[in-house]
Amino acid sequence: MKRKHKRLTFVGLALLLIAAAAALTLRAFEESIVFFHSPTDIVEKQVSATQRLRLGGLVEEGSVEKHPDAVVKFKVTDMANSINVSYRGILPDLFREGQGVVAEGTFKAGVFIADEVLAKHDENYMPPEVADALKKSGKWDDMSKEMKRQGHVAGETPK
Amino acid sequence: MLHRFANPTRFLRIASVVQPWMAWATVLLGGAGLYLGLFNSPADYQQGNSVRIMYVHVPAAWMAMFCYSSMAIAAAVGLIWKHPLADVAAKATAPIGACFTFLALFTGSLWGKPMWGTWWVWDARLTSMLVLLFLYLGYIALVNAFDDPTRGTRASSILVLVGFINVPIIKFSVDWWNTLHQPASVIKMGGPSIDASMLWPLLLMAVAFTTYYLWVLLIRIRTEIIANKIRIARLKQVHG
Repeated sequence: MKRKHKRLTFVGLALLLIAAAAALTLRAFEESIVFFHSPTDIVEKQVSATQRLRLGGLVEEGSVEKHPDAVVKFKVTDMANSINVSYRGILPDLFREGQGVVAEGTFKAGVFIADEVLAKHDENYMPPEVADALKKSGKWDDMSKEMKRQGHVAGETPK
Repeated sequence: MLHRFANPTRFLRIASVVQPWMAWATVLLGGAGLYLGLFNSPADYQQGNSVRIMYVHVPAAWMAMFCYSSMAIAAAVGLIWKHPLADVAAKATAPIGACFTFLALFTGSLWGKPMWGTWWVWDARLTSMLVLLFLYLGYIALVNAFDDPTRGTRASSILVLVGFINVPIIKFSVDWWNTLHQPASVIKMGGPSIDASMLWPLLLMAVAFTTYYLWVLLIRIRTEIIANKIRIARLKQVHG
């Protein structure tokens, strides 16, 4: 009986120590674990021109301009700040205005030159009819506002 | 309670009754889930038909974490209370869990290319899931690396317990850091954000994946017990 309890205490304590060590490590590396930075992060931190980084946020409504030679210009916003992005290449299927995206590239004269644009998908799954019905009844805006409030939209770092 | 089921003879008797039920449940629920998911559920308003990959991807990812948690519990019971059946269960679970993890990573990659625009990114969710696959493979390698099976079991049980810290990291990675992977749709505060017409096939598949795991687990434990009996009988022959 005694030995059993000793082993139980030992395993329990060891697991607690490992959990604490993992928590500290992950906290220390928080900056490099985040996959992208929001426009506000970038505006506040004043990144250098040569630094490669990922910018994440929503494609601003009405900002997408298609130019010849497959060049697309758009703004990425987190509702507080927005950044001009220029990208040449094929966009993913989910790319559209109001959609979360992650762009990787560098800044050149205040414009973010992306060489890769990824679409971010959110946690809402529904048939097209349900989406239409929600839009018609006006509940769609409530839902997206609620999502933004909870920090679920790309670009807003939940703190 | 534990002692009653830890008796291998009693376990074998119960297992032989339960096993065919699990097999039938897997075939029927999995068949129904696949039919609903692939043919008789709506396309998504954004993803279109690519959403159907989710009916395999999500249950596989859930089971990957479920199997690892079961292994961790079994390893702890084996280490602390020295139940031989717990060690056998942990060892039998590892390859099944590894397959589920691989399936989740593989189907996720297939979905990622058309939807995100990439097969793979090093975000927190994908990376921690890859670490889970390596933990499974490391366990399988370690448990078989010793001539003395009890030493292999001890070392690998400790590995499983240390690696268990990765399971909450996988689950909450999408909440703690910004990732390309979406946050949880089903198990989250405020209820599922997935339409009922898609949730039902998903839950059916999840139950079918669970019964499949139990089915294969029972086969593997029974095989291991029989193999042990043969080994002991041979040793007796040699020494007797």
